[in-house]
Amino acid sequence: MSDLRDLYQELILEHSKAPRNFRALPDASLHAEGYNPLCGDHFTVYLQMDGDSIRDVAFQGSGCAISKASASMMTQTVKGKTKPEAEELFHRFHEMVTNQPGAGGGNSANSASKEDKLGKLAVFAGVRDYPVRVKCATLAWHTLHAALEGAQQPVSTE
Amino acid sequence: MSSVAKQQTSQSSCQEEHTPRFDVERIRRDFPILHHPVRGKRLVYLDNAATSQKPQVVIDAIRTYYERDNANIHRGVHFLSERATEEYERARSTIQHFVNAADSKEVIFTRGTTESINLVAQTYGRKHVGAGDEVLVTAMEHHSNIVPWQLLCEEKNAKLRVAPIDDRGELLVGEFEKLLGPSTKLVALPHVSNALGTVNPVAELIEMAHGWNAPVLVDGAQAAPHIQIDVQALDCDFYAFSGHKVYGPTGIGILYGKAAVLDAMPPYQGGGDMISSVTFEKTTYNKLPYKFEAGTPNVCGAIGLGAALDYVNRLGVAKIAAYEEEVLTYAMGAVSALPDVTVIGTAPHKAGVVSFVMDGIHPHDIGTILDQEGIAVRTGHHCAQPVMQRFNVPATVRASFAVYNTREEVDALAAGIRKVREVFA
Repeated sequence: MSDLRDLYQELILEHSKAPRNFRALPDASLHAEGYNPLCGDHFTVYLQMDGDSIRDVAFQGSGCAISKASASMMTQTVKGKTKPEAEELFHRFHEMVTNQPGAGGGNSANSASKEDKLGKLAVFAGVRDYPVRVKCATLAWHTLHAALEGAQQPVSTE
Repeated sequence: MSSVAKQQTSQSSCQEEHTPRFDVERIRRDFPILHHPVRGKRLVYLDNAATSQKPQVVIDAIRTYYERDNANIHRGVHFLSERATEEYERARSTIQHFVNAADSKEVIFTRGTTESINLVAQTYGRKHVGAGDEVLVTAMEHHSNIVPWQLLCEEKNAKLRVAPIDDRGELLVGEFEKLLGPSTKLVALPHVSNALGTVNPVAELIEMAHGWNAPVLVDGAQAAPHIQIDVQALDCDFYAFSGHKVYGPTGIGILYGKAAVLDAMPPYQGGGDMISSVTFEKTTYNKLPYKFEAGTPNVCGAIGLGAALDYVNRLGVAKIAAYEEEVLTYAMGAVSALPDVTVIGTAPHKAGVVSFVMDGIHPHDIGTILDQEGIAVRTGHHCAQPVMQRFNVPATVRASFAVYNTREEVDALAAGIRKVREVFA
């Protein structure tokens, strides 16, 4: 049975209590809103782009510990990255949190090496044991993706 | 105490019991699912306002129907069709007595409360609500008692008015009365709030609305499992509830309507069973209640609901209400005594629901941690976003109770909430 501590790791709890880059960017060149209508989580992600690179990134809003910590750690990770690099991280992150353990889809060594590439974002691997919480962990990433794409409408996890 | 609670006297007492105590352990044995562990823990099911569990008699009724009686109704001359029709109509009669309707033709089978409300909005509403008219609801509605009226008001250029609630989650009756007027063409209100548990003084509100000749629809989804319903005493024009919240199957519910009102309404959906005769030039509609039951209905669901209400009647609605009130009072005390916990919805007259939030911890996280302890609660906005906005919270945790819940389960909930605090310490 999965342990609660696999989900609520110290790093996640710490980020949820003291989220980084938790502010608006007044001179943001891109921003998008994302919400999860099922639980009411709602975030805005702001981007200050320098050509194809993310010079600065911040977020605001409210949500559960998982969604807030995920948003916080996402901003730390994608700052300074290019748009394709950020999209690649989103892809890997999404794969990690939706990958059912022991349900095929590659051997564990392979998935472990993928998680290595995600660095400290690998603390969210425990989310895959909680299917209803996957949307919490990915909400900020979907919102980042929408901002990079210049979406005009808020994105929803539903 | 409202007049509704005072009506909890006419129910005959439980015939098979002689002990004055409510034997909850015996009741728990009637519900097989309660004895299947979840996540290796004993199930503590506190999500009854979403849906209740089913007693063995309901499961058996459904099984027996498909094993022995299955046939289409109202149209076969053969043995099984006759028997299926008889069982279906017997269920209608059980429901008639459950809500104390004057006639069984006033009981229409629907898919549930939501469909019942949409039926009224689309038939009575479209006929009687016009430009500049008003539909009055309360600030504690479930979305299903808001959106059908919004759709109607948009179509007809009418106005949706909302009677406010106070900080305890009680309707401001004086404000409600002030919002009534000659433009009020329909009033829709909940008997019991799903997000807060508030029991509304519906009889009094209906009388006020009738003073302006406005008919009233009562959303009884959260009342049916907990409160004796007497549509004649309430004098409501419509009453809706769902089977699955009162120990019956999903996909079946009822709309009660006064016969004279229903007779004057246009049909809802067209199809088989709702007609007397059809030519390409003209269709004559069937009499009540069939006029509103187009197509092959959920025969098995109706029979399952009948079995559920037979079960409730055997236990006795008044006895159930008294026992549940005891557990709810205990739960309100236990939950509100916990540090950093705020109960949302503290009306003096409540049924079935303890909604709460914790300082600095999102309800979704609380729900996940409680789930690991085998405790099933609902977290979120409970399809009542305006209620969340009123109390300025994004969501709440809702523990909701049924006849089989115990004080020990309340203790387990309180222990689970303490564990949440530990995880987030």
